[in-house]
Amino acid sequence: MSSQEFASSSRREPEPVPDLPVPAPAQEQTRNVDDLLDEIDSILVTNAESFVQGFVQKGGQ
Amino acid sequence: MTVRRIMGIETEYGLIEPGNAWANPIEMSTQIVQGYAAGVPHADWDYAGEDPLSDARGYRITRAAADPSQLTGDPDLTAHGGGFHLSELRRGSIRGGPANAVLTNGARLYVDHAHPEYSSPEVTNPRDAVVWDRAGDEVMLEAMAAVLDTGREVVIYKNNVDGKGASYGTHENYLVERSVPFHELAHHLTPFFVTRPVVCGAGRVGLGQRSQEPGFQVSQRADYVENDIGLETTFNRPIINTRDEPHADPDRWRRLHVIGGDANRFDVPAYLKFATTSLVLWLVEHDHLPLELEALSLSAPVVDSWGVSHEPFGHELSTQGRSVRALDVQRTYLDVVARFVDRAGADAETTFALDLWDAVLDGLATDPESVAHQVEWVAKKQLLDGLRRRGNLSWDNPRLAALDLQWADLRPEHSVVARLDAAGRVRRLVSQAEVHAARFAPPADTRAYFRGTMVARFPGAVAAAGWSSVVVDAPGRRALVRIPLSDPHRGTRARTTRLFEFEEIDELLSTLGGE
Repeated sequence: MSSQEFASSSRREPEPVPDLPVPAPAQEQTRNVDDLLDEIDSILVTNAESFVQGFVQKGGQ
Repeated sequence: MTVRRIMGIETEYGLIEPGNAWANPIEMSTQIVQGYAAGVPHADWDYAGEDPLSDARGYRITRAAADPSQLTGDPDLTAHGGGFHLSELRRGSIRGGPANAVLTNGARLYVDHAHPEYSSPEVTNPRDAVVWDRAGDEVMLEAMAAVLDTGREVVIYKNNVDGKGASYGTHENYLVERSVPFHELAHHLTPFFVTRPVVCGAGRVGLGQRSQEPGFQVSQRADYVENDIGLETTFNRPIINTRDEPHADPDRWRRLHVIGGDANRFDVPAYLKFATTSLVLWLVEHDHLPLELEALSLSAPVVDSWGVSHEPFGHELSTQGRSVRALDVQRTYLDVVARFVDRAGADAETTFALDLWDAVLDGLATDPESVAHQVEWVAKKQLLDGLRRRGNLSWDNPRLAALDLQWADLRPEHSVVARLDAAGRVRRLVSQAEVHAARFAPPADTRAYFRGTMVARFPGAVAAAGWSSVVVDAPGRRALVRIPLSDPHRGTRARTTRLFEFEEIDELLSTLGGE
């Protein structure tokens, strides 16, 4: 079954789920990735190498 | 057909003390658990509910309590008379661990291996699973603040790898009908589990268990899969885990313990992880297994686990006689479920889950960036690619690994995901207010309600609690009383409202015991 067929198929009376919001289309995203990268840059640790090296965990399940 | 069933999730969090590589992780984890527990009502853990002997006893209790007098808060039940099967224990016989707390939301917070772990309360549906999973993140945030108050900084990360070889788990649990032969479950879940990281992977910088090769992959856990089926969880990790400890009537139920999933910061992958797994379990339970599912049987599932994670769109999985890609396999499961729902109908939540699964698979197949606000690994890769482009960075640049770690940092001021959230680039399925409330409030529709509410209402009198018991130390009684909670569907708000109207715990016990 293709996705088109799936989307238009008549499933039995789907009631809306009121508290689950509908998806925001990608184009409605408020800012593009490039704008965001400046902000990400500003929160990334300045000493990335020692930070990454120092992140050592013991194994778990 | 429905996505609804008893489910839950356990997360082992990573943690560091910045600037102190020699910090003892067990000691830090203990501080985290104790620091949080000190500020909230909580109870010790009832270890007796954990061992096989106790399982056997639970079995007898279940049989004894099989008459409809289980929880007398239900007006229909009190009419029949008779009591709840309470058992007595000597005072002093309960030994709680030093860092083990049952919370008022019905969750367990404790130290597992060298990590703080939050095991969510039992819930009945994928949406609630997301709410109480994220409540665990908030518990950890507050625990960090509590430890900071003592003058020590411990930072907690919600991920599954350190990039040096260590991995720690995020385990899902599903209650499954005992009547389903385990080999059937294993057979039909394997192709599903191997391919579901394209939908619910959290993304990871580094290839190989020690990130020995530079690169990006969709799953945190895939490189640690070494076996198709087995009991282990800390080494030689299997795709299908055979642990069988139902914490419920073992005649009727098994608990499917799923160890291969990633810790998610996005709602959509977390939601779909629970919803789609529950639907596939439904197919197997109801023996609705058309030939197209049979044809997905993989000849090299372990190698495919690695392949799908490293090349989500390109890797070809070998099934009987033909090769397919991960999205095809996921689409096949979805089609089988959707066809069944077209014929027989489904509840609203199931319809929602199917539409979401369909939209995400469709987006991944046509334009992955169009679902970056829903698919966690795509969002992570988008930012990593941006950084690489700008700085002309190769995949072994530590800034990329740092972004991967800060993706998992729970502190909003350091978290990459918090920035995406603030920019409206993460689709949330549940509200922050709900998550906030779920730190303290239990789900209303499972036995977690009774467990959590007992801790909230009578914190001094609950000597211990476990998944399938609450042990009460009531003033004036000669012994401790263990209340069995062998059925996860009982002990709900609807059934226990009247019990919690009592001011004194002794009255509650008397009513439960049919005195």
